[in-house]
Parts: sequence; structure tokens; C-alpha cells
Amino acid sequence: MFRRSATDRVLTGVAGGIGERLEIDPVVVRLGFVILTFAGGVGLLLYVAAALVSRRPDLDNPPPPPKTSTRQAVAIALVLTGVLLALRGVGLWLGDGVVWPAALVVLGSAVIWTRGDEATRARWLARMPGWIQDEAESHPRTRTLVGALVIALGAWAFLSSNPPLDLFDNTPLAVGTVLVGTAVIAGPGVWRLIRQVSDERRERIRQEERAEMAAHLHDSVLQTLALIQRTEDPSEMVALARGQERELRTWLYGKTKPGAEGSLSAALDAVAVEVERAHRTRIEIVMVGDCPLDDGIRALVHACREAFVNAARHSGARGVSAYVEVEDDLVTAYVRDQGIGFSRSTVSSDRHGIAESIEGRMERNGGVAVIESSPGRGTEVRLRIARSRAT
Amino acid sequence: MIRVFLVEDHELFASGVRNELGQEFALVGHAASVAEAVAEIPKANPDVVLLDVHLPDGNGPEVVEALPDVRFLALSVSDAAEDVITVIRAGARGYVTKSISSPELANAIRRVHEGDAVFSPRLAGFVLDAFAGLTAPAIDPELDQLTPREKEVLRYIARGYAYKEIARELHISVKTVESHVGGVLRKLQLTNRYELSRWASERKLA
Repeated sequence: MFRRSATDRVLTGVAGGIGERLEIDPVVVRLGFVILTFAGGVGLLLYVAAALVSRRPDLDNPPPPPKTSTRQAVAIALVLTGVLLALRGVGLWLGDGVVWPAALVVLGSAVIWTRGDEATRARWLARMPGWIQDEAESHPRTRTLVGALVIALGAWAFLSSNPPLDLFDNTPLAVGTVLVGTAVIAGPGVWRLIRQVSDERRERIRQEERAEMAAHLHDSVLQTLALIQRTEDPSEMVALARGQERELRTWLYGKTKPGAEGSLSAALDAVAVEVERAHRTRIEIVMVGDCPLDDGIRALVHACREAFVNAARHSGARGVSAYVEVEDDLVTAYVRDQGIGFSRSTVSSDRHGIAESIEGRMERNGGVAVIESSPGRGTEVRLRIARSRAT
Repeated sequence: MIRVFLVEDHELFASGVRNELGQEFALVGHAASVAEAVAEIPKANPDVVLLDVHLPDGNGPEVVEALPDVRFLALSVSDAAEDVITVIRAGARGYVTKSISSPELANAIRRVHEGDAVFSPRLAGFVLDAFAGLTAPAIDPELDQLTPREKEVLRYIARGYAYKEIARELHISVKTVESHVGGVLRKLQLTNRYELSRWASERKLA
């Protein structure tokens, strides 16, 4: 089977896809469908069938636009003529007065609009006498002229071979024929122009994105790399690299939810960055859900901050992990390190960290703080607070 | 010795992994692209394939889908929800980030080799978030919902607990923890709720 074309499409990309597969100009394929449609609608049926059996386009690797050599063009014309004659024999036919003029019109359109193979043409031209070579230099015009003549011939043949529809008695038909002829001559050109404009627009957008990316990398990553090279202290290097990683990640993957400003996740990230910088540690936050800040949630963020700092200062662990889950009426947070742990009785009572900043703060806001730790098994601070009804 | 195949286009990282794992595992091959991986893996016949999610000529999930009988452990710096969910849905047995320590990586490879699933805390968080965000009623409750026990286990993983610690907290055996995680993996891969994919791509766009 073949893939429909993602880049070259008028209706569904079927003709474009067949063209890419057979390496002929899709214009030829389209015209083939058109002329076969005059033969009792066979082209229409074939098109629908082709659309059904084709696969969706491969967006990642669009193939190059195919060219048609003269030899291919002649072969396709002969095949089409053969098919038409066969269909005429079978009786799938709208009548000689319609199909043959239509074939002429299609031929003219093909002459004007197919993209030729430059290499083949150059070879042919080299064998030609000088005046033909000169003529070929102004070739697009010649092509258009020949094509337009053939189309005009087709239109004339159509009108004159249908005697009942007398030219002068049937002005609408004559006007219609002329309009169709004009459309066939100019249509593909207009179509190509539109595509060209949209291609250029896409390219411009791509370039702007690239420029923005370069500017951003220059302001952030390159600066940090320069800083790292000038730093002697390994832990400072780690901190710089870690800060840059976090910043780049946020920029690349964006925040998890829209309107992150003033949300729990944004506040926690800010706190984590601050503690990482100040205490040379690594904080991994896993969040499920998110919510806006209120007094209770702010207390939870502060308690988390205190827990991060304690873990960084006292646990001796390489990093701290936090898991925060937002439910409809409740927010739970777990801050855990796998450090040395401690037992409550050995912490002197004048140390305010745990009692005041974590437990006291949570209780004043109607929440709960539980701290579980034992020497050698790390520490986990568990925080829970109800979400206010107003939000 | 467990036979390990490495699919990784970042040469610096690949040689790091080779140094760290070379003692403990038989490294039977290395590929740096989707095409190479799909061609070479069946020949090398590895027990576990370490797979980078981003490759120059495509993405990890393509390799996973092309070789359904191979056990994959996905490895990435990305942490983006879409990458993680996509490679797991394609059939990978686990997902870890490249910042993982080498004993932990070795442990994860052994686990995948034994047929278990390996969830990082972040992956557990994604799964909880994804299933919590499903609003439409379940079509197939067997596949479309997590049991309370599975949620509990995932929460512990998200909190950074090892399977052994989870088993101790919940008073169940490590084997039972493993089977719960395996159940979650199966649901994640088999549920055909389109919302799951939509969830992942929304997380990326937002």
C-alpha cells in the first residue's frame, strides 16, 4: 500500500501519496483521476478506493517532491488512453463528445503544470539546434501557450461536437466552458502560489522559534557552563548544574498546569530551588494534582521548607524527596530523606525547628504534622491540611 | 549473568553505563538508533534492554512495539509525562530517570529480568494523577480503575519507599507488593481509555 501525502494535498493527499510512491508528479495523478471520472465515474470510485486502502501520512519523514520525466509522461498518457478505450468498449462512457474533449483539456493542463525533470531536459536540449535551446530558455511561457492552446482546442471540440447545444442559442454553456477552461489553465498555478505562501510562513515561524531557542540557551545554559568552568569547589559546581537543570526543564516541559502562578506546585518549586541553592542538596518533588494557595496551604509550604532545610542540614543524605497529593478536600505532603535519622528525645527542647516551624505552624492552621524518624532509618515528615471551602 | 543490551545514542552516557554495569552484567550489544536496535536486539538475544526514550531516528516506543517479546527498561532524562506514559503504554516494563544511582539501576535491571515492573517515584505520581483525573465512568472496572491497595502501594513508591519498606509498612510480603505493581502496569498498558493519552499530552502542552 502507500501513504497519503502530508505535504502535497488538495483533498486527502491520495494523489500526492501515489505520486510520491511512483515518483511521478502528483498533478498527473490528479488529472488521471479527473479524466477517468468522465468515463462513467470510474475515477471517482478509484479515488475513494485508494483513499480507503492508503495509510495515514508519515509526518516525520516527508519524501521529496517527485519529478516527471518526459518518458514517464508519455507512458502515463498511453496507459490512460488505453484505459479509456477499454472503458469505452465496456460501455462506461459519457459519450465521445464529452470524454475526448475532456481528455484534451486534461492533457493541456498536464503540459502546463507538471514539474519536469531538469536533468533529462538538459540532456535533451543539448542535442537540439540552437533556436530550440533559446526557445526553451523562455520555456515556462511556451509551455503555458501550448497547454492553453490544447485546452482551448478541447473546449472548442466539446462545444462543436454537441450540435444540439448550439453555441449561440446556449450562451450559459459557452460561458461555462470558457470559465472551466480558464480555471484549468490558471487553477493549479493559483493553488501552487497559495502553498508557496503557506510554506514560507511555516519556515518563518520555524526560524523565529530557532532564534528564540538560541537566545534562551545563550542567556541561561551557556552562562552557567561558563560559571562552572570558573568554579573550583565541586559542590558549587553541582549546585550550579542542578539549578540550571531545573530551570531548563521548566522551560522545556513547561509547568504542569496552566495558571501555575500562585499555585501550590509553583510555591513548592520556588521553595525547593531556594533550599537547593542554599544547602547544596537535591530535592525531588512528585506532585499529584494542584490547587491555589490559601493560608492553610501556605503554612504547608512553609512546613515543607523547614523539613527540606532540616533534611539538608542534619540528615547527611544525598537528597530529599517530597510527595504532595491534592485531593478534593485535603492536601497531604510527605518529605523524606534516607539519612541518619534521629530520636526525638535527643533533640534539645530549645531547638525551635521542628516544634515551632513544623508542628506549631500546622496546628495553628488546623492541620496535622507527624514526624517519624529513628536513628539509622531516615526521617519522614508527614503533613496534612484541609482545603478551605471557599476555593 | 543477566544479558543486557543498551540502546542509547549519547556516547558519554553509554560508556558510563558500560563502566558501571560491566562487572555485574553481560553487556551483549549496543545500538544508537531505532533501526539499529530493531535489527540488532533479536540477534543479541538479551534478557533486558536498557532503552533511551529519545533516539535520533525516532522514539523508544517504536522499538518496544517492534519487539513485543523483549523486556525493556526505559531510561530517560526527560521526565515529561507524555514520554513516560507513552513508553510504558507501548510495553516497557519500567521507567527510570538517568540521574538514578548505579546500584539502583542494577537493582531495576534485575527486577525487570525477573518479570517485575519498575516504577520510579515520578512514574508512580503520574499514574496516580492520570487515574485520579479520569472523569468518565469506567467501561471495564477491571482495567479502568486502580484498587485502593494499588493506590496505597503507588503512594508509597511516590514517597520514595523501596518495595521492602512498603512491604514492612503494609504488613505484606515483597512478592505481594510486586504483584500490585505488576497489576498497575497491566492496567496502564491494557486500559483503552483514551483519556489516559489525552491526559499525558495535555500535561505536555500546558
